[in-house]
Amino acid sequence: MDKSDNNIDQYRRRFLERSTAIAAGGLLAPGVLLHAIANARPADEAVTGKVRWGMLIDSNKCKTGCNKCVQACETENGLKRTGRPDIDAQWIRKVTLKQKQTGHTTSLPMLCQHCAEPPCVDVCPTGASFKRADGIVLVDKHICIGCRYCMMACPYKARSFIHEDLSDQKAHAPRGKGTVESCTFCVHRVDKGESPACVSACDEGAMTFGDMNDPASEISQRLREVQSTEIRGDLGLNLGVRYQGI
Amino acid sequence: MRIMLRIVLLLMCAAPVWAAAPMPEIPKGKGEQCVEDTALMRTNHMEFILHQRDETVHRGIRTKKHSLKECIECHAVAGDDGMPVSVQSPKHFCSVCHRYAAVSIDCFQCHNSKPQTK
Amino acid sequence: MKYPVCREIEGNSPAFISLLVILGALIAAGLGAALYMEHEGHHVTGMNNQIVWGMPHVFAVFLIVAASGALNVASISSVFGKVVYKPLAPLSGLLALSLLVGGLVVLVLDLGHPDRLIVAMTNYNFKSIFAWNIFLYNGFIAVVAVYLWMLMERRMNTYAKAVGVVAFVWRLILTTGTGSIFGFLVARQFYDAAMMAPLFIVMSFSFGLAVFILVLFVSFWGSGRPMGDVIVDRMRALLSLFVITVLFFVAIFHLTNLYATEHHGIEAFILRDGGIYTFMFWVGYVFVGSVVPLLLLNFSGRARAEMVAVSAGLVIVGGLAMMYVIIIGGQAYPLVMFPGYEVVSEFSDGVVNAYQPSLPEFLLGIGGVAFALAIVAAAVKVLRFLPLSLADKDIDPHYRPEAVTADTAAPSEA
Repeated sequence: MDKSDNNIDQYRRRFLERSTAIAAGGLLAPGVLLHAIANARPADEAVTGKVRWGMLIDSNKCKTGCNKCVQACETENGLKRTGRPDIDAQWIRKVTLKQKQTGHTTSLPMLCQHCAEPPCVDVCPTGASFKRADGIVLVDKHICIGCRYCMMACPYKARSFIHEDLSDQKAHAPRGKGTVESCTFCVHRVDKGESPACVSACDEGAMTFGDMNDPASEISQRLREVQSTEIRGDLGLNLGVRYQGI
Repeated sequence: MRIMLRIVLLLMCAAPVWAAAPMPEIPKGKGEQCVEDTALMRTNHMEFILHQRDETVHRGIRTKKHSLKECIECHAVAGDDGMPVSVQSPKHFCSVCHRYAAVSIDCFQCHNSKPQTK
Repeated sequence: MKYPVCREIEGNSPAFISLLVILGALIAAGLGAALYMEHEGHHVTGMNNQIVWGMPHVFAVFLIVAASGALNVASISSVFGKVVYKPLAPLSGLLALSLLVGGLVVLVLDLGHPDRLIVAMTNYNFKSIFAWNIFLYNGFIAVVAVYLWMLMERRMNTYAKAVGVVAFVWRLILTTGTGSIFGFLVARQFYDAAMMAPLFIVMSFSFGLAVFILVLFVSFWGSGRPMGDVIVDRMRALLSLFVITVLFFVAIFHLTNLYATEHHGIEAFILRDGGIYTFMFWVGYVFVGSVVPLLLLNFSGRARAEMVAVSAGLVIVGGLAMMYVIIIGGQAYPLVMFPGYEVVSEFSDGVVNAYQPSLPEFLLGIGGVAFALAIVAAAVKVLRFLPLSLADKDIDPHYRPEAVTADTAAPSEA
């Protein structure tokens, strides 16, 4: 009697162990897979400060004359070139630098630096210019009154004002006359777990995007390994965009 | 004479009735039913839109129920060429009522009033 | 000393009617320009992504700075007890109000979304000096309105000093707020200076008094009321003092900047290489707006009202030029993101930004000035803002009726 009881218990034990293992594996595996594919939050979950989005740009890899990042941004966000560079909106631009003393030339993309202490947010009278909890600096165009004070305050000339009626906007990037705008780190893509269009478009691998708060992310590892600088670091704004090679 | 004048004035007060624009014919959206009850939507759609915009812009919440993009998807109205019309056309779902009520909206200064082809 | 009597002007003369008509036309043009800009978008203006604030802001900031300064005359009488200025206090308060309103109207109409003014009045980011300014400007209107009531209603006169002190302090905070709009912009080479707020305060003294003098003298000449030597001489001395103070502050501002090698670029730009900005600074502000008025006010023999009025006009021209240099010149000079590098991009990095003011911008700015003046013109006709007489015997507490000779006869009707 004891022996058969033991056997039954053994079978039961084995059965429980196996099914638990399968269940656990079945429950965890998809979670691990999803986490690996995308850091995407569920749509109904608010952003938190646990994540801080940042970018590392290697100006050594950036080719003078290439502007794939700029074109990608324009396509993604529906920015149109009308042949009037003074008033056409530009969220990212290529800048060519020549050192006056040595003559050394380099180029790099310039965009909103998504500062942790943004001057544009400080000066906005209505609070339309704001920093999202995950570090992305945005303009809430619903309450932007178009005073352009943020444009005066930005050390990087990152902001553009929309000077005329627009049509055919992208549904994921609403933009309109009389409000100010700038690079959003393609927040509509980031919220889905993708990277900004410029980063995806760079063929030279000069742009890295990721979570600076996660020590295991690619960007955090690189930032630990290489020397990186902030443009106008003297202002103490704690930028989300850092450059290598300048 | 005075009585005539008073009758005319009285009739003029009723002028809105004589001059009333026809009630708008609201085009049907896709599917059986809107995400909220029609009567509720009629009175409160502005509240849903205002709340959702703050949730999305400031907190990154992109639920579909009150998303403006989804409203536009379902409530797209086809024009003569079979393509969805923009808010400039009086046939656009939002224009139909908003023109009748003479309440101007500035949503579509920024948002595209036509559904995007996927 | 007689109690200063203020009375409405007749306001029937063809000149006055023409003035109202002209001001009305300028206001209409300004409104039309604002409507055009709002409807089309700012692409019809000369303002762009590099020069974001243009002619409307030059006029508006001048009006706002002058507004707080215009209240000085009233403050001198209420706060500092100089009775000879007492008859001028109501006009001073009125001018302060109207200039501020004119400036604010221009600012609001230039917004990308002037229809969202109610949003600006209900959503506040209190780290922004703009948000504070909304309170400061509207509060100023309320405080000055109460101050005027205290001044103009006989039984409330006892409170005029207390409210006058509040108004005086308020206007100093307000001008500090206006200067801080620029002083808080750490990123721009020309603005990153704590001096901005004090500079704006002394500018308000000078420009405000200049506008006050012009308005006072013109309304007295136009209405045939007598103006004595004492008041003319006081205005002369005061204006001269303020002009030289501003000159001193501007000199210190630039000399301090010149000491720091980091700022040599911007200083060379403003003082030597900036084309229109250099011209505006030296010819517009320094020469026409300061040196010439100082010479006229101090070295032209016996103080004559016409000379003082001309000087005031020149100070105003210099003030507008200074606003142009500060507001537009400060934006024209490129942001220095990469010190030591030559910078080229397709978004105007590293280059001096060009600005071509457009007609709608001028019309809007001038419309604001016309609006302010129209308020004053209507008010002095309808209410008792203007003193009946500023002759020496009527307002000077130290007046002694001496033997009248040809030299010392006070000029009567102009």
